[in-house]
Amino acid sequence: MFAYYFQLGLRSLRRNPVLTALMVIGIALGIAASMTTLTVMHLMGSDPIPWKSDKLHYVQLDNWDVNNPYYDDGRPPDQVTYKDATALMEAGKADKQAAMFKIALPIQPENPEVKPFQSLGRATYADFFAMFEPPFAFGGGWDRRQDSEHARVIVLTRETNEKLFGGQNSVGKTVRMNGIDYSVVGVLGNWKLRSRYYDLTNGAFADMEEFFIPYTAAIDLKQRSSGNNSCFKTSGDGWDAYLQSDCVWQQMWVQLDSPARLAEYKSFLDNYVNEQKKLGRFERPLNNRLLNVTEWMRDQRVVSRDVEVQTGLGFAFLAVCLVNTIGLLLAKFTRKSGEIGLRRALGASRRQVFTQFLIESGVVGLSGGFLGLLLTGLGLLAVRALYTEYKTVAALDWTMVATTVLLAIAAAVIAGLYPTWRACRVQPAAQLKV
Amino acid sequence: MEIRPILSALMRSKVSMILIGLQVALTLAIVCNALFIIGQRLERMNRPSGMNETDTFWFGSTGFGQGYDAKAVQQSDLALLRQLPGVANATPSNSVPLSGGGWSTGLNLQPKQKTSTANTTIYIVDDHAIDTFATHLVAGRNFKREEVLPAEFGDRLQPSVIIVTKALADKMFPDGDALGKQIYMDEEPPTSTIVGIVDRLQQPWPESDTVEFATFVPAYMPYANSTRYLVRAEPGRRDEVMKTVEQKLIEANPSRIIGKLRTIEGTRKEAYAGDRAMAIILGVVIFALLAITALGIVGMASFWVAQRTKQIGTRRALGATKFDILRYFQTENFIITTMGLIAGGILAYAFSLWLMRNYQAPRLPWYYVPVGFVCLWLLGQLAVLGPALRASRVPPAVATRSV
Repeated sequence: MFAYYFQLGLRSLRRNPVLTALMVIGIALGIAASMTTLTVMHLMGSDPIPWKSDKLHYVQLDNWDVNNPYYDDGRPPDQVTYKDATALMEAGKADKQAAMFKIALPIQPENPEVKPFQSLGRATYADFFAMFEPPFAFGGGWDRRQDSEHARVIVLTRETNEKLFGGQNSVGKTVRMNGIDYSVVGVLGNWKLRSRYYDLTNGAFADMEEFFIPYTAAIDLKQRSSGNNSCFKTSGDGWDAYLQSDCVWQQMWVQLDSPARLAEYKSFLDNYVNEQKKLGRFERPLNNRLLNVTEWMRDQRVVSRDVEVQTGLGFAFLAVCLVNTIGLLLAKFTRKSGEIGLRRALGASRRQVFTQFLIESGVVGLSGGFLGLLLTGLGLLAVRALYTEYKTVAALDWTMVATTVLLAIAAAVIAGLYPTWRACRVQPAAQLKV
Repeated sequence: MEIRPILSALMRSKVSMILIGLQVALTLAIVCNALFIIGQRLERMNRPSGMNETDTFWFGSTGFGQGYDAKAVQQSDLALLRQLPGVANATPSNSVPLSGGGWSTGLNLQPKQKTSTANTTIYIVDDHAIDTFATHLVAGRNFKREEVLPAEFGDRLQPSVIIVTKALADKMFPDGDALGKQIYMDEEPPTSTIVGIVDRLQQPWPESDTVEFATFVPAYMPYANSTRYLVRAEPGRRDEVMKTVEQKLIEANPSRIIGKLRTIEGTRKEAYAGDRAMAIILGVVIFALLAITALGIVGMASFWVAQRTKQIGTRRALGATKFDILRYFQTENFIITTMGLIAGGILAYAFSLWLMRNYQAPRLPWYYVPVGFVCLWLLGQLAVLGPALRASRVPPAVATRSV
């Protein structure tokens, strides 16, 4: 029977090609608008490390100006000071911990054919690699001993290794940056992050770093971070004064493997800040935070307001398209009252009429869905052209493809339900009188 | 005119009427708010930066290796840049408007003030800045050569003289007597004297609430081994100059990297890419929405016409003119659209309220909704015109035929 109804549906749709096209295009446009925006929003906000995002916590301490909070709504600063980061690293109370900051250094390649170039990197601790789990193509990260030895070692990303060593295993070779040699201990594999969630202050969708070096070795360079630095009072003259200052410029992440460990770490932080208060720092009320990855992404609005508004708009547009389709199907089915009456009089049950017309709307939905999927692809291409930094979040994945098709069919069936219900209430007798 | 029969006919197809009305309502609400957002974005994008954007470009130079003397290189670079053919002027500057990255600090009128009087961005420049940015002095004077002092990055920044924008001067000294006044860039003395006021210069952050609060600080202060330069070419010679700059500078001092040369025009484009994208996306949605609504009205009206062919024939046979029939469908559409628009007007303000609450958006100005009314009335009347004309051409003879 299904095949027969399907055929009937197709035939009926062919009879009014313009109207059918109108309905299909309506659904397709609605689906494309809502799915394009939803895909961007979904990928932007998606959990980048689902298996441990609830174990990784971002440390925030409120060392800010007693008269003016860092954020107007009273949230603590989004970064920490050198002083606090190193104190927390030394205490080592978390299961794993990594302070970090962004650094720019000129690379001087050995190969004379490659011009020296400026590169962005990250200074961090050994635990970074165990915490954020980048894949390694060669070698691995450095170890905690090398952290304490201020070792001049380096981990290259795949792209940098490609540029410097033609993609060969470069472990053991050296890279010269600003006149200092670092020996390669590891080369990352293909590490594609949708958002660089471990440093949201310096742009979730900014370019990835090109190398990683030990934090301790980077501090020896006496070079400031190339990322955001915020101070509420001047730090005084010179590098040492800067390190001792209340300027925030570093990110501090800890891994806490259980809720109990999280609670312990919280009280440790409170104690730490209370101790510091005795020394005259932290004049604001206790305001420590340990947000996990997804909470931190929400706090820092990784999904921008514009994207949220666009998604809302996309779905409002879909609603208009659906209302449009309901109206058109209703008009169409109403015109077919005579045909329905005839079929009912010839013995078709209400249920059969219902199935037949629901399939007809289903066919509209399916065609609309596939066309919509195509248009969603185009829409995402357009988004990528409009927002060049959204390369990683404007792409279809299988979940979104499936969602699109399901949404389209659901939309068309919902749109078809009322008209179908009306159609099968047709009284055969009323229609057969002419 | 014959509203009563139209209404009673409409009441017989309530659902269709409600659907069209609902569509019109949603369309009005979305279009009004989307247009308003587009308007805001375009307004933002059209704000002047206060500098010459067409002839200027900027870039960074980073030295490497031991023994690199950033300050000496800065001096020789500036001398080289300024005598390059096609270059009108050049200045060191830690940042430029619209670039997204820069330095901001609070300015105070008293020592140890608890809350700063104003926040300003700082452009660390030399005495060629006003001419290179091509902003205009409206009061006071430029920096003197001897006022531009070498400074270490990270040291206290307490210049004896500064030049501020008019907007900042008016904020600090609302009486308009900023020139010659002392302000604190730090908690403690020494103070800095405002020696000049320029008409306008934006901060590096277009989203800033105080986008025109900017201060020129005279200093030769490389950031570690890096210096940024802003170069203004003679009119029409920017691209030509940009081609030669990198090579000339590398020739003069090879142990450094010249970063990407970026025009201010390109910088503006990047700065507003998000706003531009939002405006385009909303524009496309508005267009699609209006098209869908118009086509929906066409489709629905066509069906009604087809459904009522016999009725129309009868009316024509009973003496109604073609124009009467046309007017009937146009009026019917007007009634439905109007009902939808009334609901849509309320919905438009509701959307606006929601945007205000969740996204700190400003209130939708009142005139958007009446203008939307007129546009959608026109759209409805145009959409129904085709089917209505078709209806008016139904011959009276149809009445006599059986189905």
